[in-house]
Amino acid sequence: MISEVSHTIPGTTIFGPREALRGYALNRMCFSFNDAMNRAAFLEDEDAYCKAFGLTEEQRKAVRERSVLALIAAGGNIYYLGKLAGVVGLDMQDIGAQQTGTTVEEFKARLIRGGR
Amino acid sequence: MATIVGAVTTSHVPLIGKAIARGLQQEPYWKPFFEGFAPVHRWLQEVNPDVAVVIYNDHGLNFFLDTMPTFAIGAAGEYANADEGWGLPVLRSFPGDPDLSWHLIQALIDDEFDVASCQRMLVDHAFTIPMSLLWPGGGAWPVRTVPVSINTVQHPLPSPLRCFKFGAAIGRALSHYDRDCRAVIVGTGGLSHQLDGARAGFINEEFDRLCMHRLVSDPVSLTRFTNHDLIENAGSQGVELLMWLAARGALQGSASAVHQNYHVPISSTATGLLVMESSGA
Repeated sequence: MISEVSHTIPGTTIFGPREALRGYALNRMCFSFNDAMNRAAFLEDEDAYCKAFGLTEEQRKAVRERSVLALIAAGGNIYYLGKLAGVVGLDMQDIGAQQTGTTVEEFKARLIRGGR
Repeated sequence: MATIVGAVTTSHVPLIGKAIARGLQQEPYWKPFFEGFAPVHRWLQEVNPDVAVVIYNDHGLNFFLDTMPTFAIGAAGEYANADEGWGLPVLRSFPGDPDLSWHLIQALIDDEFDVASCQRMLVDHAFTIPMSLLWPGGGAWPVRTVPVSINTVQHPLPSPLRCFKFGAAIGRALSHYDRDCRAVIVGTGGLSHQLDGARAGFINEEFDRLCMHRLVSDPVSLTRFTNHDLIENAGSQGVELLMWLAARGALQGSASAVHQNYHVPISSTATGLLVMESSGA
């Protein structure tokens, strides 16, 4: 039996067994981006690359929309998703702003204020 | 036998690697962070280690979800860095110390820590950035290295208590080593940060400062936290405090802080730096 990891911290998905199963193909694709040739192949035909790794429709849509929250909901692990973000030109403040619904400037200003 | 000269714990934010490559150390954004390392360089000159046991967490360079060891130790003569996918410069390789590695593997398994041994192990930014911060300037690395990786990718992660005990076992193993060497323990990661989810950007300075204080004076109190507690108080990736706990464990007994620095933010992270020495007893 796959036990549920507690999900009680607001705005936080703990990458447990359920996520590992759901996200395996997506995370494996992201792991492939350690290789520059794979990054180029993805950028050439994103959806074909996603299909080759067996991503679900939900995961392919999240990739198309560059939606980090949707990628996490589809089982993406932030350590691997960070590689996808890099391939499509997003840094940690870009994805922080996107996930919290603020502008990048506001997100950076909040970090400088110590997260407040 | 091995002498443990002390432990250094530091954050390993990838952006630091880009700043080093571009020579931005004196820029206003970076100065308060890099300045913290000058006393560490002087300390390293004084204590003169010849080997570094670097406890870090791999972020998907060497390990993937298909095979995810909880604790893994390098047993190679050399460790290469490699492309991580988002533009960090790839650093020159690091010399290993296979004899010490195999001693640690044997001693840890005898001590009931069943580690994975790795004769090939790519080391990612969590290993390379602290090395560059401690020994800047390029050129040959002045220490041999033993990489020790703790899983923070796939839950369940080892508990804070388990990581502290794991570090203590590394300390015991070093004290039984039959060759003379001077080892510095490096623990990398943290402090509070969260990159994922609607809670992205979470930072908790009060908790970080409590952890830095207690790590020196009362580390056992930190081992009462669960990983869930750490994530709640320090963010999803703030759980990287586990590497600090392991490094502190290796010192065994009481310790004192030789130097510390804390600066918010670098990228999306609260950064911390601690140098600790064992104070006997």
